[in-house]
Amino acid sequence: MSARIQDDQRDTDLADAPLDAALRRVWDTPRGVWGALATVDHKVIGRRYIATAFVFLAFGGVLALLMRWQLARPESRVLTPDLYNQIFTVHGTSMMFLFAVPVMEAMAVYLVPLMVGTRNIAFPRLNAFSYWMYLVGGILLWGAFLVDMGPDIGWFAYVPLAGPQYGAGKRVDIWAQMITFTEISALAVAVEIVVTVLKQRAPGMSLDRIPLFVWAMLVTSFIIIMAMPAVMVASTALILDRLVGTHFFNPAEGGDVLLWQHLFWFFGHPEVYIIFLPAVGMISSILPTFVRRPIFGYLPLVLAMVSVGILSFGLWVHHMFTTGLPRLGESFFTASSMAIALPSGIQIFCWLATIWYGRPVYRTPFLFILAFFFTFIMGGMTGVMVASVPLDTQLHDSYFVVAHFHYVLVGGAVFPLLGGVYYWFPKFTGRMMSERVGKWVAGLLFAAFNFTFFPMHVLGLLGMPRRVYTYQLDMGWGGLNLFVSLSAVVLAAGFLLFFYDAVRSARHGEPAGDNPWGAATLEWATASPPPSYNFARLPVVRSANPLWEDDGVLPVAGGLRVDRRELLVTTVGGALPEARESSPRPTIWPLWSALATTALLLGSILTPWAVVWGAVPVTIALIGWFWPGGRKEEES
Amino acid sequence: MKQDVVVDLSDLPMNGSGTASLTWWGTVAFMLIEGTGFALMISVYLYLGSLAPAWPIEAPPPEWGPGTGVTLLLLASLVPNVLLSRWAAARDLRKVRAGLLIMAVFGTAPLVLRVWEFMALDVSWDSNAYGSAVWMLLGLHTTHILTDLLETYVLAALMFTRHADNPRRFGDVQDGAMYWNFVVLTWLPIYACLYGIPRL
Ligand code: HEM
Repeated sequence: MSARIQDDQRDTDLADAPLDAALRRVWDTPRGVWGALATVDHKVIGRRYIATAFVFLAFGGVLALLMRWQLARPESRVLTPDLYNQIFTVHGTSMMFLFAVPVMEAMAVYLVPLMVGTRNIAFPRLNAFSYWMYLVGGILLWGAFLVDMGPDIGWFAYVPLAGPQYGAGKRVDIWAQMITFTEISALAVAVEIVVTVLKQRAPGMSLDRIPLFVWAMLVTSFIIIMAMPAVMVASTALILDRLVGTHFFNPAEGGDVLLWQHLFWFFGHPEVYIIFLPAVGMISSILPTFVRRPIFGYLPLVLAMVSVGILSFGLWVHHMFTTGLPRLGESFFTASSMAIALPSGIQIFCWLATIWYGRPVYRTPFLFILAFFFTFIMGGMTGVMVASVPLDTQLHDSYFVVAHFHYVLVGGAVFPLLGGVYYWFPKFTGRMMSERVGKWVAGLLFAAFNFTFFPMHVLGLLGMPRRVYTYQLDMGWGGLNLFVSLSAVVLAAGFLLFFYDAVRSARHGEPAGDNPWGAATLEWATASPPPSYNFARLPVVRSANPLWEDDGVLPVAGGLRVDRRELLVTTVGGALPEARESSPRPTIWPLWSALATTALLLGSILTPWAVVWGAVPVTIALIGWFWPGGRKEEES
Repeated sequence: MKQDVVVDLSDLPMNGSGTASLTWWGTVAFMLIEGTGFALMISVYLYLGSLAPAWPIEAPPPEWGPGTGVTLLLLASLVPNVLLSRWAAARDLRKVRAGLLIMAVFGTAPLVLRVWEFMALDVSWDSNAYGSAVWMLLGLHTTHILTDLLETYVLAALMFTRHADNPRRFGDVQDGAMYWNFVVLTWLPIYACLYGIPRL
């Protein structure tokens, strides 16, 4: 079947089978250990990223159960106070930095190149590097926790508790370096996504035809780029304070503890939208499939996402209302906290209209969207409540806040994410997840989630503070806490069922075919799972719902080379073809670079000189990475 | 799915240059990240300065000499840098080689002078928050010069190998030159901050 492939062979005159063989020869990741470590295929890395993030979700969930076990009864002695501190810190840190942000980026790493119709993500080697950095950051946090060196300062590590005076030992340094690892990886992925979306879209995919999930990831990536440097600056300053005796946060020498809070929340509030916007994008991309009509209000939805992205930077101070800032400042931030309810409202109405004018099909992904609606609106309402200074003064640091942010995080991000997994699982694996089990998962999680977290509002109003390892019998919180803990067990069972379904379906699920849901976007225009080269010929886009409007015939572009990894660069606005560009081959250097960087960062916890000698292997690895290999990919 | 070839891409160039190059966009994105980092560090400096009863805290303002020298060197380096970028655009290998060597020198010189600039701060990073802020600002920018300089060295070496005569390499040189412009331009607000604010 394989016609001989000459130099500069184009796809134009190849039939399907020889084209597939030729593309496989250049795009397939080699088998074996080397191939696994050297791969730069966005789908392989994306799958790994997603799986790893879900492992961290499960780990974090185990810690949540331990906390609930401890809190089920008053004056319980399951956990020591010190262990409880480590557990809530590692739970929060792990959920935010190792699960929620990475899992959304991971979905994008897999899906965005497919949805925009290209063959690999921009900067595939950076992508490989980013995964290794993420993995090491996760191992660092959990490894430290297992040897009783887990950070114990809360997921936002306020000074002075985290400073050199009170945070003795290496626990805080571990937290701070974990931040460095995860932020480097998050920033790298953000850059890849921005460039993929701006420059690698299929010909004809002008700005008003970009799938909404892709729009969401574009905005999210910009938020990451603007927000994450703040936490890097903060954690670097913290490490310097602890390691070489600087005084950024030391009031005795002209430093300031609130500086930490400003820097952290300048990142931390946008962080909420870094988690939430991708979920919004998932909903907007999934919903049309299950109501069988295009999304209502494409433009308002895009504008809403962009304005949420901008407004999210005007909100950070609302985490600090109780710190006694000037009155005018507080009013400004209350106003902007309320203002962000506006674009959120627009989104909700666009979705409702889409459902209203459509013909809903109640499959599992759609059920998760319904679960999202209810839960997220709840979380939004309590959010507007704590955005007012007097109320926040009452409720700050109480279980009301714990309830609020779990409604937003679990309802606003985890439910859509699970819906997304049910929806795209057939694309990832070629097999469907079980519809029957899926309905149970959705129902169980929704009910148990509300039973677990709703009573926490009440506990907060009754005065129960967050981050306490126990409470006295006569506080009268025992009954509700027991109820919460029992519900948490049911919640865990729901997650377990989900994992069971995913693992079982990956091997034994019903074969899916290219487009099992009859969806409209490009990722469904190729096989499930897609071949290493994604599309045998790059699709050409003529509308916002390409697969619904071309009557089963996919318009494509020809003329690319098949004897090297080649993809298409298009213009930012109209996605007009600009150049055929090569895409890098597999290489082991990103892994070496990640390991060298790890040595530098870990060494720096012990001695500042590690930064100096550690820079040598990092430099060598980077030179190895960027030195041209002299293959056809180099030609121009 | 059935396919229908409607566009022919055969005649497109085999790699993109300028804004059609992915690396160009990547470089811009990284400049955005680092620019945000610098803006934040300057904000930290100003924030701490606004809290302190006197700024600088228990230290004289930094001496003008070495820092101004660094600034002049950096500004002067813009001339060969812009020329280098032009030569790379024209794909003139001989001039690009010469230009990279010149830029290697122009990158090294301010780095050497930096040593004196650190000493001219007249305060240690562990004396007080003022010292911490100025050392971190200056340190961050020095790291910047250093990484770009290493890149220049590597590129210069590369241009003397068989990989040199390739539009891709010239694109790399142009992106490198753009990044150096960024390193110089970000220095100006930092310079104003370090040397101007304490004298207000
Ligand atoms: C799914 C079941 C979950 C349960 C039962 C649970 C339970 C808890 C509990 C009881 C606390 C409060 C600890 C305390 O203040 O004493 C807590 C804190 C927290 N949780 Fe969860 N959680 C769950 C999922 C999640 C998820 C999915 C996320 C994020 C995406 C998350 C993020 C956080 C954060 C950020 C904190 C604050 C940690 C701190 O105070 O530093 N949780 N969780």
